[in-house]
Amino acid sequence: MSDTETESDIDSLGPNVRQTAAELATGDRTETLLQTDGLVKQFGGFTATDDVDFSVAEGELRCLIGPNGAGKSTLLNLITGSYEATDGSIYYNGHDITDLDPHERVSRGISMKFQVPSVYGDLSVRENVRLPVQQFADGEERRRLVAEAIEAAGLTGYEDVDAGQLSHGQQQQLEIGMAAALEPDLLLLDEPVAGLDVAEREAIAERITRLNEEQGIAFVVIEHDTDFVANIAEEVTVLHNGEVFREGPIEEIESDPEVQRIYLGGES
Amino acid sequence: MSTDSAHGEANSSLPSRLRSRFEGPNTIGDSRGFWVGFLVAVAALAVYPLFGDGSQLSLFMVLALLGLSLSVVWGYSGVLSFGQVVFFGIGAYTFGVVSINFATPGGITAAVIAGIVGGGVSAAILGYFMFYGGVRDVYVTIITLVSTIVLHTFMAQTAGSEWAIGEAALGGFNGMPDIPLLTLGVGEASYQFIYNPFPMRIIGIGAVEISPFYYLVLALLVGAYLGLRALVNSDYGRVMVAVREDEDRTEMFGYNVTRVKFVVFTLGGALAGLSGVLYAARNVYIDPTVFSLLFATLPVIWVSLGGRKSLLGAVVATLGVEYLRISMAGELALVLLGSLLLVTILVLPGGFVPWVHQQIVEARLGPGEAGGADAPDASSEVSD
Repeated sequence: MSDTETESDIDSLGPNVRQTAAELATGDRTETLLQTDGLVKQFGGFTATDDVDFSVAEGELRCLIGPNGAGKSTLLNLITGSYEATDGSIYYNGHDITDLDPHERVSRGISMKFQVPSVYGDLSVRENVRLPVQQFADGEERRRLVAEAIEAAGLTGYEDVDAGQLSHGQQQQLEIGMAAALEPDLLLLDEPVAGLDVAEREAIAERITRLNEEQGIAFVVIEHDTDFVANIAEEVTVLHNGEVFREGPIEEIESDPEVQRIYLGGES
Repeated sequence: MSTDSAHGEANSSLPSRLRSRFEGPNTIGDSRGFWVGFLVAVAALAVYPLFGDGSQLSLFMVLALLGLSLSVVWGYSGVLSFGQVVFFGIGAYTFGVVSINFATPGGITAAVIAGIVGGGVSAAILGYFMFYGGVRDVYVTIITLVSTIVLHTFMAQTAGSEWAIGEAALGGFNGMPDIPLLTLGVGEASYQFIYNPFPMRIIGIGAVEISPFYYLVLALLVGAYLGLRALVNSDYGRVMVAVREDEDRTEMFGYNVTRVKFVVFTLGGALAGLSGVLYAARNVYIDPTVFSLLFATLPVIWVSLGGRKSLLGAVVATLGVEYLRISMAGELALVLLGSLLLVTILVLPGGFVPWVHQQIVEARLGPGEAGGADAPDASSEVSD
């Protein structure tokens, strides 16, 4: 895309964005990686996300929380392109990606782990990991990257085991490994520790933190467990009834009585 | 342990490097034993006409190409198509129409190409509207099934003289007779493959006549099988299998799932078109029964029985089922086929050939040690 088009994209972000076009242009340290602008998604008469302005900076690790039905997964699916937005725009690296297909967004650096572990159950662990890697690596480099991804997922020795035979926790690790093997700039994780025991949660938390700090991958993590959220993230966005309800440091959010109220179901 | 080393550059000898192209976790038969068995099977098919009815077997082999086309579309890419006979029939009719209008060796050769292209283009058109229109899963199956019924109904009413393309009358239910004899080449540099027996004298047997068409079909079947083996074990084949397993996951790895399905569906249509061309050439005749519901169902039965995730299964089951069907002409064959299909789905959902393969592997390695389809060191395979 040309510079002119890029500027035009940035200009069109509007006043609601957290970071201004001027800040983007000056190359501020925390450049905005992802920005949604007035994002609306309706399913029939039901509004799942309503005028959502949400942004993620480069290298940021942001958690997305909210009660069931708040629109968290819908927002992630809008970002990946799995859902088509009813209204609003999505910008990535300053470019409007609202009309791009999911695979085109992935090629720009967005990757995702689904809520239900979605590995290829009938394929071996090695075949699973080869799929993302084969797109940009061949021969010896491919073998090295595949082996590294399997090792990082803690699955060395399981290379020829069908992924469907792995435990739930191993499948979660494998899918994170596959999503990270794409070497994305932004990795979206939908409930990565759901159904896992304490040790497995800690392993996943450590993995996410390491990928974030060592490889600079920005994360958006949907999670209900506030202990887990406090463990990995500093900044949190709370969604409620499809709208951004609160944003801020985890300590503030945790002690916010309004957030506690919506989680406890006190609001009608 | 490593599949990479077993199938990759680590094998340095020429046969090993050649073999590695055709081996991988997406096909059974990654051992020397399999390839020895494969060569024996091909040799057996090559000498079969000296002892048995080569004409009948050539028909089964033509249909095996149709079975392969469904195996690659359904078994490897997850698109259950009842429409392979549409592309088969379009290939056959296109070959008939073009060859009748241009009944020279060059014209007939062009008709063969036109038939294959006709099958591929018709699949591309149908596939484009289905896949780029967002049609998925069972709705693809329904649309392809309806396509066969539409074509069957349409071709059945083309008996009138107004239904002719140049010299070629479509003929309705009476079909299109007098399709020129299959000849490949141009002018003098051509060879007739039908009704042109090749006399030979073989020690111990005496004088025999062999059909060049039989060997043409055998060569095409072996070529298609090996070509598809190479395809499904390539990087692209890995993506095809991933699309079959989980479309959304594959899209989120950056693959254009719609295009993959479109390309494979088109390829399957071209292969079905080739099968149709050879079918019409062998029978020098084609009629609308190729679009009938029974004929549309047969490829699904072949591939289900043989094992939809196995190319070898599609070939073996097509030859076996068609032999059974011809041997037991009449309704009894259909009852038996239906029962076989039911039993296979209930007892061996993976199909017969992968099950036999697994039994052989387990017998060799002992129970518990067999690694399934991805056991690179498992020797000895099915040799039909």
